[in-house]
Amino acid sequence: MSQIALFDTPRFSVTDFTRRVRRLLEGDQALSDAWVQGEISNFTRAGSGHLYFTLKDAGAALRCVMWKGDALRVRGMPLQDGLSVEVHGKIGVYEISGQYQLIIDILRTAGEGALYAEFMRLKALLEAQGLFDPLRKRPLPNFPRVIGIITSPTGAALRDMLNVLRRRLPLVEVVLAATQVQGNEAPVGIVQALQKLNTLVRPDVILLARGGGSIEDLWAFNDERVVRAVAASEAPVITGVGHETDFTLVDFASDLRAPTPTAAAELATPITVLDLDGALQLDRQRLQDALTRQIDVRRAELELMNSGLRFYSPARRLQNENQRLDELVRRVTRAQAQRITLQSVHLAGVSRRLESLSPLAVLRRGYAVITNMEDGKVIQDASQAPVGAELHARLAKGMLNVKVQKSFSQEA
Amino acid sequence: MSPTPKSKSVQELTYEAAFTELEAIVAALESEGRSLDESLNLYERGQVLSAHCAALLEKAELKVRQLSGDELTDFEGQA
Repeated sequence: MSQIALFDTPRFSVTDFTRRVRRLLEGDQALSDAWVQGEISNFTRAGSGHLYFTLKDAGAALRCVMWKGDALRVRGMPLQDGLSVEVHGKIGVYEISGQYQLIIDILRTAGEGALYAEFMRLKALLEAQGLFDPLRKRPLPNFPRVIGIITSPTGAALRDMLNVLRRRLPLVEVVLAATQVQGNEAPVGIVQALQKLNTLVRPDVILLARGGGSIEDLWAFNDERVVRAVAASEAPVITGVGHETDFTLVDFASDLRAPTPTAAAELATPITVLDLDGALQLDRQRLQDALTRQIDVRRAELELMNSGLRFYSPARRLQNENQRLDELVRRVTRAQAQRITLQSVHLAGVSRRLESLSPLAVLRRGYAVITNMEDGKVIQDASQAPVGAELHARLAKGMLNVKVQKSFSQEA
Repeated sequence: MSPTPKSKSVQELTYEAAFTELEAIVAALESEGRSLDESLNLYERGQVLSAHCAALLEKAELKVRQLSGDELTDFEGQA
């Protein structure tokens, strides 16, 4: 055996050998989908964003790498040497240095798996009891006057929220119910804070918040007592726990889940001081316009009245009457003139008729009018003038006194 | 809602109350059928209310108090 080994020509280059090792290792199903538990050592965060460390236990060491894309998901975790973790990944061979390593895609602190199982159990339980029912969610006020805040008095979350509220709606009054938000005392503290705010302060809305941390750090927000107290809160509750990617059970029970404490403060103040100022300016303008319009209307009415007044004024009536008078005078004059013309025409006719009727005209034709000298009566019948009677005979020119000498009756 | 001029001193009103009344006054002024005298009174009240609102916005400073036991105390924490 050793002879063969001594005198055989090399079958592999280093590269070929390493490649064969690589195919062998990477082809192993169990090593390509493995959960490994151990303690971190030689932890390095490279400038590229990749994480390098070694996982150790009492008997062995395993080189590990977590590429930048996966490392982003453990950004908030306090990774350091000595931390006990559970990792998931696959075996990889780095040919250049001839080393195998575990390429990690999931990393969680030891015990997290058990916590996750507990989270899922409690979530299913509370969900079945209707605590997460969307119909339970209460409407949030647009313009809160009093905002209750439940968080740690020393955390960055409180400072962030107060800054947001100061900037967006400084009219608001904040009541802080300080409590621990992490550790064994936290759940009881949070429940008491909720109860006190609801009974003593009665805020329009409550912000329950905490900055980012590991799943253990946020665990109080998965506590069944806290979840039930949030669901039972009289005032609507906005939760802002951890980062965007962190979901806790209170987030399901609250009336609104904000991704961060800052966002919670923003969502609690949908109307900002800028909006109020804008609305106020608008109302001022409307107020001004409304009055101006009213005065304009009054002015127009007044103008209308004035012209009416002018129309019916005595001076105008006098003018009118004068005009009417002139008109009447004109009409009367015209009528008069017409009448005079008619009259004169008429008169001429009448004169002619009169003339034709005048006895003188008859007399001129040779007739005479005989009248009784005594009584002046016109004699029309011979019997009216006995023989010897004296009569007047009126001629066209002059008069004769005549005496009746003989009378003839005209009876046939 | 009918505006109630001079029912309460404007200075005592909260922003919300003052603004609500201002809105009502504007709406009342915008509807016709009021005597000029009444309109002028409404306008004056509206002016006072809007000035009060503007002042409240201007000098608003976030008030932060803390529940200590069952008492409310000023919060002297981080600014």
